[in-house]
Amino acid sequence: MIKEIEEKREVTIVFAGDSGDGIQLTGTQFTNTNALFGNDIATFPNFPAEIRAPQGTVAGVSGFQLKFGSVEVATPGDVCDVLVAMNAAAFKVNLPRLKKNGTVIVNIDGFNARNLKLAGYEVSPLEDSTLADYRSIQIDISKMTRAALEDSGMGKKEIDRSRNMFVLGFLYYMYNRNLKGTEEFIKQKFAGKDDLIDANIKVLHAGYNYADTSEIFTSRYNVKAAQLDKGEYRNIMGNQATAMGLIAAAQKSGLDLFYGTYPITPASDILHELAKHKNFGVRTFQAEDEIAAIASVIGASFGGKLGVTASSGPGIALKGEAMGLGVMLELPMLIINVQRGGPSTGLPTKTEQADLLQAIYGRNGEAPMPVIAAASPSDCFNMVYEACRISIEHMTPVMFLTDGYIANGSEPWKFPNSNDLLEIKPKFAAESNQNYLPYKRDEMLVREWAIPGMAGKEHRIGGLEKEIDTGNVSYDPENHEKMVKIRQAKVDKIAEDIPLQNINNGDEGGEVLVLSWGSTYGVIKNAVKECKEEGLSVGHVHLRYINPLPKNLGELIKVFKKVIVPEMNNGQLVKIIRDKFLVDAKAINKIKGIPFSTAEIVSAIKGEEELV
Amino acid sequence: MSEVQDVEKVKLSPKDFATDQDVRWCPGCGDYSILKQVQSIMPDLGKDKEDIVFISGIGCSSRFPYYMNTYGMHSIHGRATAIASGLKISRPELCVWVITGDGDSLSIGGNHLIHLLRRNFDLNVLLFNNEIYGLTKGQYSPTSPEGKVTKSTPIGSIDHPFNPLKLCLGADATFIARTMDRDPKHQREILLRGNQHVGTSMIEIYQNCNVFNDGAFEVFTDKGTKTEETLYLEHGKPLIFGANRDKGIKLDGFTPVIVSLEETSEEDLWIHDETDRTKAQLLTNFFDNPSLEGHLPRPFGVFYVEDRYRYEEALEAQVEYAIEKSGKGDLDALLRGKNVWKVD
Repeated sequence: MIKEIEEKREVTIVFAGDSGDGIQLTGTQFTNTNALFGNDIATFPNFPAEIRAPQGTVAGVSGFQLKFGSVEVATPGDVCDVLVAMNAAAFKVNLPRLKKNGTVIVNIDGFNARNLKLAGYEVSPLEDSTLADYRSIQIDISKMTRAALEDSGMGKKEIDRSRNMFVLGFLYYMYNRNLKGTEEFIKQKFAGKDDLIDANIKVLHAGYNYADTSEIFTSRYNVKAAQLDKGEYRNIMGNQATAMGLIAAAQKSGLDLFYGTYPITPASDILHELAKHKNFGVRTFQAEDEIAAIASVIGASFGGKLGVTASSGPGIALKGEAMGLGVMLELPMLIINVQRGGPSTGLPTKTEQADLLQAIYGRNGEAPMPVIAAASPSDCFNMVYEACRISIEHMTPVMFLTDGYIANGSEPWKFPNSNDLLEIKPKFAAESNQNYLPYKRDEMLVREWAIPGMAGKEHRIGGLEKEIDTGNVSYDPENHEKMVKIRQAKVDKIAEDIPLQNINNGDEGGEVLVLSWGSTYGVIKNAVKECKEEGLSVGHVHLRYINPLPKNLGELIKVFKKVIVPEMNNGQLVKIIRDKFLVDAKAINKIKGIPFSTAEIVSAIKGEEELV
Repeated sequence: MSEVQDVEKVKLSPKDFATDQDVRWCPGCGDYSILKQVQSIMPDLGKDKEDIVFISGIGCSSRFPYYMNTYGMHSIHGRATAIASGLKISRPELCVWVITGDGDSLSIGGNHLIHLLRRNFDLNVLLFNNEIYGLTKGQYSPTSPEGKVTKSTPIGSIDHPFNPLKLCLGADATFIARTMDRDPKHQREILLRGNQHVGTSMIEIYQNCNVFNDGAFEVFTDKGTKTEETLYLEHGKPLIFGANRDKGIKLDGFTPVIVSLEETSEEDLWIHDETDRTKAQLLTNFFDNPSLEGHLPRPFGVFYVEDRYRYEEALEAQVEYAIEKSGKGDLDALLRGKNVWKVD
């Protein structure tokens, strides 16, 4: 039967099921296939903190949201067009995100009496009026999968594990996509296990064929390739981009990369990625705790390497004292915070931007440190590279901020050519310098780096206050005050070495300026665009360099009547802006562990939201 | 045929390893003796000054790097071991010395110490044990004996103390030894032995704090009691001690007993074997309070030596293996990845 093809500009899909249902894998495969097809895309995985939370419960629901389009896609979407729910709990959690008249695909087998009870339903939502406003496609995916693998000789449990492939095949048909990419993936993933390869591919095809032969659709959908800038693209996740940026910075600076870390959600994937690339001379070290991780980095930096550690809020708190030592030692090192919901253990798998003040101020004494933040998954590459450059060339620890949203999210990336990356020049002491003084500075207040093995430059450094130039221990009151000022001035001077801020979107002056930082970039861009289309006067400035701030930021702010600062915290950048520029900036806050929606930002721009 | 003659380097003297900084320990502190011995062995290490690094944490002993004319770092409390780990991974060729105290390594830095030992980096740890907190002016430490009266324990300490070498052996240390500040000759010998060992050399040094814990180790150094209370270990030699070297240790099953050499021949005594882990464990148990009746003497010397792979070497091997297997990293290939599409 030939079905009509209906064109769509963009589609948002949410896959949801138990955390053991392979939801993340299904979402990732669907993403890769569409990315390779040429769609612009943005993804947002949303999973529970528990690895295998009780099956069938609301707490155990794992979700993967993606938006793909033939037009520019800046966020994974506020609401979804299609919801795939593998059980009643997944249905219950995600139904509020489904558009009116949206499509819901449910696995009937996940709505049995037990599942309904676990999800807290008295009556099955498939049988009452819950679905009245939606188009529902009800399939017994378990039964179909089992039937497809009837003769495989595999056990029921094993068979059920490939149910996600049925869903994937079904959606590939629905959106007119090729199965090849996923087939290749299956072959690689199960290399050497031919029975599993056969089974998964069989189920994938079963899903595809079922969609084709059943009378479910009157039409299929097509989302054409997006008109992105010319060039070559790949899909990339934030943590992966961060890892690549580190490797690139190591290569371009000629320093080996040392990565000392302790596993923590959502930062661990950077370690996993780097551990795969030892052939780049990368040395990864899984330390015994967060403190040892940063301490090992200090050792590596003292030895002349590019030392990097990463963690999330609680781990960063533990690293505080050692960061202070890094500030005193004036050695290059990078501290990455992939932020998550806090305080304390907080919401480990949910996103938040509440560690900004910790990043800027979170050390004892006057311990200034540059702070840089990425705006999107692929931007992690650019900004971590910048963070390394600043750290190495200015001999200072640098804090690099991302968050769970962009760390796990993905988007197409027009990857650079290594020749186009800025050179990074370490400030090693010249061999000819026979009177090396460890704390003698150049015009940027940067000291020279002498590392063990350099003859005639033996010296001792430490956490005690240093005498100007010599670096000897000094308790002199005048010297201490001067050194505090010098360390601050050194960080402030970095403003001369970063780009001036531009207006990222919208007007260059007028009524409302939306000032933001971090992972909120995409959603604010969307909202500003929407407001512009409605004729509002609005501009958007998005900060990537937060300490020091770009030199011209004050001028940009001045030409707007009103400044609003949306953040996924209780108001942190807004405090800095008020402090530095004495402007009446308004805080727009969302602290729910999930990103802003475009609608929320739009209403904030319009002044409809109650402002803090 | 021409031959390039190596200009033989002038051998350095201990003085070359002293810095211009005033040494600021209290007059009479045991640290002076250790500093002197360490400086004295430096010329014999066969290393250039620029390839030697001293790393310390916080505490009186941790001022040590300021007085050594090598590369050095006075870091933060308890973390010298972790900093040295990162340095050793990055620069395996360096000769690294960790200087730490009983508070620094066994209290706030206890975690890093045990992990350093199990990883067996090739470096030396000098643990200055004075059984007290000196820099913070006299609180009890994790090695202070039960009942110890200090500023923070006016009615006596109720903390059961660590037995440092037993702890280290439990963490699978590959070299453990004990010496003391008042015995420079023995100290020198043990420091050189430690430096020779390829792996983590853990050397506990009994060090007198004459201000806050004077005489803590007096029974082991006082002329009147020294010979009765100390047992000097020598590989392949029987365990003999006493004023007239008239006592020995014999093993009754797994129980060490003190015997008189008048009644027992030397061949029947416990013969020290540095490579015997079981016996080393028993030796670390020679930790009795010297005031107890029938207590065993306190051993000094090398307890245990084992040859085990070093973390940094294994990591280097993995890097080489990765290069051999996948080729030297190609940045552009990495950035490209495997799934690329083109927009025209």
